[in-house]
Amino acid sequence: MAGPSTYEPKGNIARWMDQRLPIVRMGSDFLSFPTPRNLNYWWTFGGILMLCLLIQIISGVILGMHYVAHVDHAFDSVQRIRRDVPYGWLLQSTHAVGASMFFLAVYMHIFRALYYGSYKAPREVLWILGCVIYLVMMATAFLGYTLPWGQMSFWGATVITGFFGAVPVVGESLQQWLLGGYAVDNATLNRFYSLHYLLPFVIAGLSVLHIWALHVTGSSNPIGVSQKVKTDSLPFHPYFTVKDMFAVTVFLIIFAFFLFYLPDALGHADNYIKADPLVTPAHIVPEWYFLPFYAILRAVPDKLAGILLMLGAIAVLFVLPWLDTSKVRSMRFRPIARWFFFIFVVFCFILGYCGAGTPDDPTIFFGISFYRLSQIATLYYFAYFLVILPILGLVEDPEERPASITQAILNYGDKPEPEKVFAPAE
Amino acid sequence: MAEVGIVHHDDLPPDPGKRDFILLATGAVGAIGAASVAWPLVAQMGKAADTLALGSIEIDVSKVPEGQQLKVLWRGKPVFVRHRTADEIAKAQAADNADMPDPATDASRLMPKPDGNVDPSYLVTIGVCTHFGCVPVGEAGDYDGWYCPCHGSHYDESGRIRKGPAPRNLEVPPYEYISDTVIKVG
Repeated sequence: MAGPSTYEPKGNIARWMDQRLPIVRMGSDFLSFPTPRNLNYWWTFGGILMLCLLIQIISGVILGMHYVAHVDHAFDSVQRIRRDVPYGWLLQSTHAVGASMFFLAVYMHIFRALYYGSYKAPREVLWILGCVIYLVMMATAFLGYTLPWGQMSFWGATVITGFFGAVPVVGESLQQWLLGGYAVDNATLNRFYSLHYLLPFVIAGLSVLHIWALHVTGSSNPIGVSQKVKTDSLPFHPYFTVKDMFAVTVFLIIFAFFLFYLPDALGHADNYIKADPLVTPAHIVPEWYFLPFYAILRAVPDKLAGILLMLGAIAVLFVLPWLDTSKVRSMRFRPIARWFFFIFVVFCFILGYCGAGTPDDPTIFFGISFYRLSQIATLYYFAYFLVILPILGLVEDPEERPASITQAILNYGDKPEPEKVFAPAE
Repeated sequence: MAEVGIVHHDDLPPDPGKRDFILLATGAVGAIGAASVAWPLVAQMGKAADTLALGSIEIDVSKVPEGQQLKVLWRGKPVFVRHRTADEIAKAQAADNADMPDPATDASRLMPKPDGNVDPSYLVTIGVCTHFGCVPVGEAGDYDGWYCPCHGSHYDESGRIRKGPAPRNLEVPPYEYISDTVIKVG
């Protein structure tokens, strides 16, 4: 939790600076920030995500020096980066694989928040800012995927901008305004490049707000019990910088594995065919990180309803703090909700599986079609947020929670049994 | 001693109505100014003059063999010119009264030649699925018209949506016969 500053300027210069721009104080307070001592590795994804954003911005700015945003040259310029530009193969792959790793990390981060109730009071604004960041990330990834101007780029852009055409009355005008023409063309590619360059910096700005909000409320923690005494926390540095660094190392090993051994495994082969407005690929699929939403889009036979459902799947996250009626943050103490959560995670994977399939084909689940399975999974996705969490909070009997983080950690050996309490609003 | 003929501001009774008026008037002028600056920023994203000027193309339909279709790019979108067989025409006309999401007769989707006659052989449509804009595959699907591979929409021999998520029939572009065999699209 944000406490009084502990920084003491040493020497005349430091004092002079501190009275004018206390930037050293800010950094010092950042490093000494009291952090719950019981954080587990699920809490390392914040730092990992910061690194991901940095990697994307640095590699992206460099790619921008070689990329040509024109329908006649875009595809070739990306091939030139991969073949001719010194270390271009590395930078292009870093950027493409980096996008996938970014989403991998953000999904871990989101699932952690869902399991440990990090979205609950007093962290609602922190959570909503995270949702906005996720939304802008999705936009950035979509815009970026268009730039190599392969078949999937082109047809992905056509399908996604087609969503806006479904808006009643003004849909077609709105869509053509976004495209800058009658169809996806050079004007579209140019503006997508401009916006793809812009949005990462918007994400960076939103991340500052996200971290600011985090430093007002303090980190949540695995037992969800607020920090009460001084011994509940440890300074961020060195305890959590070191823990984050270990997690970053493991994450970078996975990153490097894809980067050096499977750079194209997470992409789609059709994107190595230059965009052709006359031929649609037989099977249009988005990148893996959008597959669950794509499945929701296709779960209903109506165009507008499909789009509204897909948008609803993200919109519901924004109001989650008010849908979950339970005062208990951590699902460790929610014996029933925990299992519904695990089923929710499984259904998210099933939605991803459905998004990759052809609607009419049979699935591995009893041979029911992808279409039917995505309907079942979509139903559970929404039921989890709109029915299960609101009702469970009222009927579930939570387990006893430790009185404080310190007691939860130090409750072993010859130490006396700490007093059990039911703390309200935890 | 007060000067004769000069009224000091401080001597006037306060008039809150005047302040409100100034505030509203300033606000209104400011809002109009902001809107007039914002409009070019929004409008620049629309279709540029050269895009609008892409205009029209001419197609000689007699070059399309019976049972085949021609794909031509018009305004960045494919236009289908399909030379239908007698069997396909018969099937399309027979389905005029069938139950479909966007009811239309086959005749309503054709254009007359300069002499006023309608030749049902040539069907001209925009080759863009009305669902999410993919290009449907010809002579495929449950109705042997078009099939969209993206999300499984089936169109019949008249380009009418019969099955799947697309809400509307394949659009008929604005076109006319400028001679017996040449059409002008756009």
